[in-house]
Amino acid sequence: MDNESLKLKVAEYTAKVEKASAKFPERKNLEYNRLYTPLDLEGQDYERDLGLPGSYPFTRGVQPTMYRGRFWTMRMYAGFSTAEESNKRYRYLLESGGTGLSCAFDLPTQIGYDSDDIISEGEVGKVGVAIDSLADMEILFDQIDLGKVSTSMTINAPASVLLAMYIAVAEKNGIGPEKLNGTIQNDILKEYAARGTYIFPPKPSMRLITNIFEYCSKNVPNWNTISISGYHIREAGSTAAQEIAFTIADGIAYCEAAIKAGLDVDAFAGRLSFFWNAHNNVLEEVAKFRASRRVWAKIMKERFGAKNPKSWMLRVHTQTAGSMLTAQQPDNNVVRVALQTAAAVMGGTQSLHTNSKDEALALPTEASVRVALRTQQIVAYESGLADVVDPLAGSYYVEAMTNQIEAEALKYIQKIDDIGGAVVAIEEGYIQREIQDSAYKWQKEVENNDRVIVGVNKFQIEEKPVEGLLRVDASVGELQKKKLADLRAKRDNAAVTAALAKLEAACGDDSINLMPIILEAVKTYATLGEICGVMRKVFGEYQAHATL
Amino acid sequence: MEKRVRVLVAKPGLDGHDRGAKVVARALRDAGFEVIYTGLRQTPEQIAEAALQEDVNVIALSLLSGAHNHLFPRIVELIHEKGMTDVLIIGGGVIPDADIPVLKTAGISEVFTPGTSTTTIIDYIKENVK
Amino acid sequence: MNIADELLKGSRLALSRAITAVENEYDNAVSIMQTLYSHTGNAHIIGITGPPGAGKSTLTDKLAKEYRRQGKTVGIIAIDPTSPFSGGAILGDRIRMNELTLDQGVFIRSMGTRGSLGGLSRKTSEAIKILDAFGFDVVLVETVGVGQSEVDIVKTADTTLVVLVPGLGDDIQAIKAGILEIGDVFAINKADHEGVDRLHTELEMMLDLNQDKIEWRPPIQRVIANRGEGINELAEAIEKQIVHSKESGQFVNRRTNRTKSELLAMLDEQVGRYVRKQLLAYGKFDELVISVEKREKNPYAVVDGIMTTILR
Repeated sequence: MDNESLKLKVAEYTAKVEKASAKFPERKNLEYNRLYTPLDLEGQDYERDLGLPGSYPFTRGVQPTMYRGRFWTMRMYAGFSTAEESNKRYRYLLESGGTGLSCAFDLPTQIGYDSDDIISEGEVGKVGVAIDSLADMEILFDQIDLGKVSTSMTINAPASVLLAMYIAVAEKNGIGPEKLNGTIQNDILKEYAARGTYIFPPKPSMRLITNIFEYCSKNVPNWNTISISGYHIREAGSTAAQEIAFTIADGIAYCEAAIKAGLDVDAFAGRLSFFWNAHNNVLEEVAKFRASRRVWAKIMKERFGAKNPKSWMLRVHTQTAGSMLTAQQPDNNVVRVALQTAAAVMGGTQSLHTNSKDEALALPTEASVRVALRTQQIVAYESGLADVVDPLAGSYYVEAMTNQIEAEALKYIQKIDDIGGAVVAIEEGYIQREIQDSAYKWQKEVENNDRVIVGVNKFQIEEKPVEGLLRVDASVGELQKKKLADLRAKRDNAAVTAALAKLEAACGDDSINLMPIILEAVKTYATLGEICGVMRKVFGEYQAHATL
Repeated sequence: MEKRVRVLVAKPGLDGHDRGAKVVARALRDAGFEVIYTGLRQTPEQIAEAALQEDVNVIALSLLSGAHNHLFPRIVELIHEKGMTDVLIIGGGVIPDADIPVLKTAGISEVFTPGTSTTTIIDYIKENVK
Repeated sequence: MNIADELLKGSRLALSRAITAVENEYDNAVSIMQTLYSHTGNAHIIGITGPPGAGKSTLTDKLAKEYRRQGKTVGIIAIDPTSPFSGGAILGDRIRMNELTLDQGVFIRSMGTRGSLGGLSRKTSEAIKILDAFGFDVVLVETVGVGQSEVDIVKTADTTLVVLVPGLGDDIQAIKAGILEIGDVFAINKADHEGVDRLHTELEMMLDLNQDKIEWRPPIQRVIANRGEGINELAEAIEKQIVHSKESGQFVNRRTNRTKSELLAMLDEQVGRYVRKQLLAYGKFDELVISVEKREKNPYAVVDGIMTTILR
């Protein structure tokens, strides 16, 4: 059928269904067309827009064989209470077939406070493990071979300090930094925009990030120095297109900062990684993953002139959408997570965390974490979804949606460029406002029943309170305080003071890379709060400009 | 001039998840309330003092980090110390059912868990505000 | 408790409740204001106005800190627009002043406009008097910042600070036309942004053309509020304006004018209320409305008639 006669046929079809749908209205709130045909892909050029897997523009995936060679890394985000408790959970996960670690830190750690700081009261060990000093880090990775495992750390504002601790632990165990594999999140811009664990203002924060880029490119070559995260932007309520647009705009800002600091784009770009959300609309998510790879490849090649193909690749870790878990009928969450997993796998993720069914209620229990991990394994080994590279390519719908999400994202990126880049757009509250508008719209749709969430606004039942939730022992705070008091009594305090003084001086001089100095400081068992305290003193603290 | 209900939407503790707080703040505004949002990382002392200066009728606390058992009762205590015994204090977030009776005993009038519609919260405030 | 007495004894809760009573027009509002009036007149009132996004809240925060450093106590009123549709409001300025919350020498109150159009809320001037009576040395009033209609602040403040920022594009002409005359002192915020020199020059030129300002040429101070740069100098510029205003007699003139217009406004309100009450008692007002509507009577004659009957 040629395009002209297809156009006629489609027009005929549309007239027919419009008539029918006048009688039997279609569901509300449907964002995409009813039907996709070759007409929606007019002008598509296979070579230019898709290419083969492992080659520019990487729409079909960053590796040539994808999961036929090796499955994605099944990386379960975990950590709570003390280093001792979390170490047990890590070793359990590795024994259960998890193939990488992902450390969750508690909020005081993420915001650079010690457990005995007054502001930490009630928060110690709650949403992740409490790390106050190198001593805790040594316990956290006890009996885990850092030369073999790859470790992802969800740490941003104090990423330099936690990375330094990791390097120091490895060194103590005779493993050089060149052998280390892993990722630090280190993405401060989305903290300002969506996640909230910032410490310093943008300028010194960007300096710390470029210092890490530079240090790692020379000393920790296999480390992913940043995980530019859309996950939390989506959790805060953005759309799929906004998720990748705002994140890629952040990525552009990091590249510009690093280049401005004198780094060659190909020296760091290959170690940039991304972090996407796997949300509920399965095919839209697949299209989002594909679109994001194409957008990034073009930006790196055309805008930044990167020469190394590795610099063009958008490698991505994924987590299923926590905000889509329901507290109502929590068993249903297993199904949601399975569908989200399917989306991430068909979208070609490099690693994946699957949420547990009880996470709308509390931190997950060991049993529910096992089901979440098994979900990945079932998709990998049984579903067949991982057997073919980019299985949905060529679907009229998925290709058209990939184009649409790309176009929407590019429009946002242009707008942010016009504002003056992601840093300014965040400082002015533009990005936050766009996200909040989408979040509010979503909420209204749910409350008007234009959007159905099973078990929440439809198919509800009377439920008994869920039992057997994980509870973090309230004594963790006291335990950490005691550990800190012991540490402060027995370490070489003169060495600590000297290291902190040196750090303070270096913070005031933009030409100095802070990483080696922070590494020295952590080795003296200076605490996270002490190190961040020095930086707070010199850099000041970010004042959020929340707009509503 | 009729009385307007004034609500302080507050994020105690270190938790940075403010999607819920912001959605609730907007919904309350659209329901005709005057809403003051504190922003992130407020100590119980800051929240209590802001409530006093703004003379709010309602304090809506949002917390997802699990520190509610520690922080919510402390805020109630400080509010009462300031002589504001007629303020309606409600809470929301990832709060296990088992904790709710404890929080209520401590003076939190109602606790709203994930999936609650903003209409439910608005209706609750309208019925219970003094 | 007797709110006014408690307030004068230093109760912050009473201070807060007094503002609420006035804002909501509670029965005790007038008696509170009667008690407090003799204790007012001591605070210096500074209005802070300028277009949205100019950084008024941040600047207010920094100025307050500067006055605290000088040992002065500071009351702050921050006004945000009330939605005409829902009657609700997000009062969002306070968030930029969080560091001041626990300072007992500071008191911040957010107010919604509640239908008022001139950049202030309906009860701003009463709220200022309450803070004044409590004993604050300085009262900072941050207006809504809608641009051209920010005129009420001049009648309310002793000193009006206008905040501008570079990069507002063509809007700047309209904004400047609206608020140029009202500024005693100008601040150009975000002075590290592009276009600051152009804005500064334009502003100088426009002030040169402004004949009214011959006696006091308003100074222009560049600041970067979020980093606290230029705040010290801005406070000095304001201080100079205050000194000049007091020496030239402008200060007293403004206050006399303010008292006069406040008295007239109170009279208007009382008379209006009295007339309405009488009309209701008269009971035939609705009939009059209908006959005017039917063109049987003309409204001018009707009003004349009412006036002579009621206010005889």
